[in-house]
Amino acid sequence: MLITAIPPIAVTVGANRIVRGIAIPHPVGDPKEEPAAELELRKDLLKKALKALSTPITEQTLFP
Amino acid sequence: MKTIRAVHYINQFFGQLGGEDMANVPPKVVEGPVGFGTMIAALSAGRIEIARTVVCGDNYAAENLEELQKTVLEWVGETAPDLFIAGPAFGAGRYGSACGVLCAAVQKKLGIPAITGMHPVNPGYELAGREVYVIGAKDSAQDLKRVLPLMLALGQKLVDGEPVGRPEEEGYLLRGVRVNVRAPKRGSARAVEMLLKKMAGESFDTELPMPTYDRVAPARQVLDMTSAVIAIGTEGGIVPRGNPDRIEAHNASKWCRYSIEGLERLQKGDFEVAHGGYDPVPANDDPNRVLPLDGARALEREKAFAKLNDWYPVTVGNVTAVRSAERYGREMGEALIAAGVEGVILTST
Repeated sequence: MLITAIPPIAVTVGANRIVRGIAIPHPVGDPKEEPAAELELRKDLLKKALKALSTPITEQTLFP
Repeated sequence: MKTIRAVHYINQFFGQLGGEDMANVPPKVVEGPVGFGTMIAALSAGRIEIARTVVCGDNYAAENLEELQKTVLEWVGETAPDLFIAGPAFGAGRYGSACGVLCAAVQKKLGIPAITGMHPVNPGYELAGREVYVIGAKDSAQDLKRVLPLMLALGQKLVDGEPVGRPEEEGYLLRGVRVNVRAPKRGSARAVEMLLKKMAGESFDTELPMPTYDRVAPARQVLDMTSAVIAIGTEGGIVPRGNPDRIEAHNASKWCRYSIEGLERLQKGDFEVAHGGYDPVPANDDPNRVLPLDGARALEREKAFAKLNDWYPVTVGNVTAVRSAERYGREMGEALIAAGVEGVILTST
């Protein structure tokens, strides 16, 4: 699956399981956060990613 | 206007030698026009004269492209024509490939303008469409009477050194050439006008057609995440310090794999950003912001999945040729499957 800050582009190129990332230069991070909070943010995105991987789909899906 | 002497390349079928049964015939020269080549003088109002025709079997051409180029360059060189015409090849792939390659060679090695025609999915267009003007044709030879005049008209412009119009005007397939033009209105005005038309449901001409890509059938979901091996990977170009394998900052020619065995997180300085298409500062400060190793290790410890794969695949997804990206993805997938990985989390920048 793909974590990206630009889901529309991912859809155009055929990605099937997509989770919205935080920003282009740091899809799974946020420099504005304190390190501990940033790590939690990262883990949340990864949990969404694992959920996406575990979900049966028949078409391109942007997972919330 | 000066007469244009031309050499015409056609295959065994248009050369009236036979069908597939004659596809192996080696190239031969016929002085003057052959087959529909005899229409070219009339179609160009007497201006273009086919001085010589080269007829070659499609199989021979496809299997001996190097040899064929040498031979044709010699025969064309002897004739010293003003123009080289190949095909049109329509949907015939072997024929189109030969046409494209021969036109490119004649242009490049002899400096003689060349023109051909074929269907957009003909591999010959892929091979030569950037250097050679290829008139767009349908899949069927019935399109000959539409395509041939377009080839001849553009051929004349090339010989006369006249400016060549846009693809839609002249009928040739996109060559990927960008030309700066001055528009009467600035970009913002044109964009807003387009948007208003779009919102009103009116038709509008896009200035940038979006390419269409293949769809891929979704992979089956991971059935039991707690027993699954999961990998992380990225196109964000996170590489070991010094970029040891020199993945290019744009138009990457490769993908690599690097070990994360025993690593809990990507340390600043041990890993860096090789990608030239995004602001590298946040990720150089903390590479886990693009390749989430620390988060993945935490989830591995919490048994959200069984094991994190020992290596991660990486490339730089900046101005990567689509074909390259497709290949890297396929190769990465094959390598991950061979490693027993059931799901991969990719990040993109």
